[in-house]
Amino acid sequence: MSAREEILERIRTALKDAPEVPVIPRGYRASSQLDEAELIELLVDRLIDYKARVCIVDTEDVPMKIAELLAEAGSYVVPAGLDADWLTGLELQQDSRRRLDSMTAPLSVAELDGIDAVVTGSAVAVAETGTIILDGSPNQGRRAITLVPDHHICVVEVADIAGILPEALRRIDGTRPLTMVSGPSATSDIELERVEGVHGPRTLDVIIAR
Amino acid sequence: MSTYLGMPSLPVHGTGNLHASESFPQAAHRELANTQLRANLGHATHTIRDKRIQVVSELPDWEQLRDAGSAIKESVMARLPELLEQFEKNFTARGGVIHWARDADEANGIVAGLIRETGETEAVKIKSMATQEIGLNEYLEEQGIAAYETDLAELIVQLDHDKPSHILVPAIHKNRTQVRDIFLREMEGVDRELTDEPARLAAAARAHLRRKFLTAKVAVSGANFALADSGTLAVVESEGNGRMCLTLPETLITVMGVEKLLPTWQDLEVFMQLLPRSSTGERMNPYTSLWTGVTEGDGPQNVHLVLLDNGRSAALADEMGRSALHCIRCSACMNVCPVYERTGGHAYGSTYPGPIGAILSPLMTGIQAEENNSLPYASSLCGACYDACPVKINIPDILVHLRSVDVDSKRGKKKIPTQMDIGMNAASWALSSGKRLGMLEKGLPLGRLAAGPDKKITKLPGIAAGWTQSRDIPAPPKQSFRDWWKKEHHAPGTAPAAAHDQEDQP
Ligand code: SF4
Repeated sequence: MSAREEILERIRTALKDAPEVPVIPRGYRASSQLDEAELIELLVDRLIDYKARVCIVDTEDVPMKIAELLAEAGSYVVPAGLDADWLTGLELQQDSRRRLDSMTAPLSVAELDGIDAVVTGSAVAVAETGTIILDGSPNQGRRAITLVPDHHICVVEVADIAGILPEALRRIDGTRPLTMVSGPSATSDIELERVEGVHGPRTLDVIIAR
Repeated sequence: MSTYLGMPSLPVHGTGNLHASESFPQAAHRELANTQLRANLGHATHTIRDKRIQVVSELPDWEQLRDAGSAIKESVMARLPELLEQFEKNFTARGGVIHWARDADEANGIVAGLIRETGETEAVKIKSMATQEIGLNEYLEEQGIAAYETDLAELIVQLDHDKPSHILVPAIHKNRTQVRDIFLREMEGVDRELTDEPARLAAAARAHLRRKFLTAKVAVSGANFALADSGTLAVVESEGNGRMCLTLPETLITVMGVEKLLPTWQDLEVFMQLLPRSSTGERMNPYTSLWTGVTEGDGPQNVHLVLLDNGRSAALADEMGRSALHCIRCSACMNVCPVYERTGGHAYGSTYPGPIGAILSPLMTGIQAEENNSLPYASSLCGACYDACPVKINIPDILVHLRSVDVDSKRGKKKIPTQMDIGMNAASWALSSGKRLGMLEKGLPLGRLAAGPDKKITKLPGIAAGWTQSRDIPAPPKQSFRDWWKKEHHAPGTAPAAAHDQEDQP
């Protein structure tokens, strides 16, 4: 008998009392009913609490803000599908610091390791938990680009902010390669005290675009 | 790898790091003597308790989430064969490869074989209870394959050649100064000026592991959840070492217990609210990764999953105990447990310590395995674990159930009656009749004599010695309650009893 058959057989035998399949009581909140201003306020509060840096700008000011945040970076990577308008800030036109990454022309891990920062969009954000979900869409790119560089600049559009997790997950296709990010990397492994900055990007800048 | 001829008799128990090799009281006695350990644990468990209570109280629907979580897991257990097949179909359709492992040996063999196929002799690892349970690192080492733990706490434990003592924070028994000393001693090229500031220690770990991550070709992980309706796997983590392992290497091998399934994508909304708040006391953990088979052009292209039984089907066969398989390994129960807080995780022997370990280990191995029958007694049945458990596992009830399984298993063995048996039989004789009890109570003054002038008994004989190992008991009163009652409550018309000795009244 194969291991598969045998394990399934063991499990069926274990369940020979035919336990009842319960109805799932979903009495928990399915949505938050917050208005736009409240959503932004909550998201900002939660992001700051987990040591992300946050700014709120009008959509037309996003390019300027990105340029400002990249001022210190010697190099940065962007996914090929990033909103082209976002890179029109004066200093960013014809920028020799910029590297492009895509599924078809990926940078190597070693190349990414030499790059200081990454700029991406995002799929959905969860205000209540300060979480940003990346789903690998063209404006977010491969998972590696938001992982190896030490500084992640992430644009969240107001329309993409959900109040609570159930609302956010309803907007996501679960079969995409997903990363849920809540603040910069952290550890609680020493005396259960939270310390920011281990292996993932140590600086997370969130630009909320309204 | 094990081969079987036909169907063995059921249930088939688990093997690997699931046993206490000495009895809990014995191990606890030794661990309790380590005052540094107790101080470290007390500090850490109290920190996390407060954080957990804080973030749990933020959610108005916490109890509803627990109810949903509990019911979802119950339905997973009831539908397990069907859900496993559904998951397998979806994961495979997306380019993943599924392997089934009956026990620890078989799982280890599969993982080693898969690594060997890649031609590599190294793998990076994400903290995983399942691989700890099967003793994968040790096995790979024997096979000439180096497995590098990348989680900070696992790294501390591995560098110190120690064993994990907590399922979430395996190095919870070490304080910052001890961690610094381990790094200075064991970490090549570490800054000699390293201080014990947690941020500096985390930075040292980052520098130490960076090269490994960037060059690793194979990663081994566990999984927190597997969604049957889409074939998706999830890993919940904090440091980014998980993302490194799940994203950068070419080959990813995940080892997961069969009970980790959730039926649908929607169920994730329940568990991703329950788990982070219960484990690290955060609203959300820094990183969660989800992948469904292979995504062309993004992440590992050679993706495997080893589905592990190793005693889970045996636990499932126990109708009273099967809900122990609902566990999502958040560690809340150990963080609130007064016994764990004092003894630490090593006293439980098994990979799974604390209240959940006290039920899960014997359920997976069978109560008679080594010293695992001592584990269900490692509890005061205070119920704090049940209150904290995000999926409402009634741990105290299962502890009591397993105690009775233990007693029954011994009764069948027809061995010489133990002191406990004799004591219990004597008690049943004495307590079944008021006359007999009254007769025995006449012996109370003898106890006073034994207690001596300070009115304390510091050492009881026989098995009762366990009770006085860490505490004294006061001398018995001069008279029994029953005698006192008789003297106080005389029939109407008779004179009250003589003045009594106040000192010994309750
Ligand atoms: S038994 Fe409950 S509280 Fe304990 S680790 Fe498992 S899920 Fe968490």
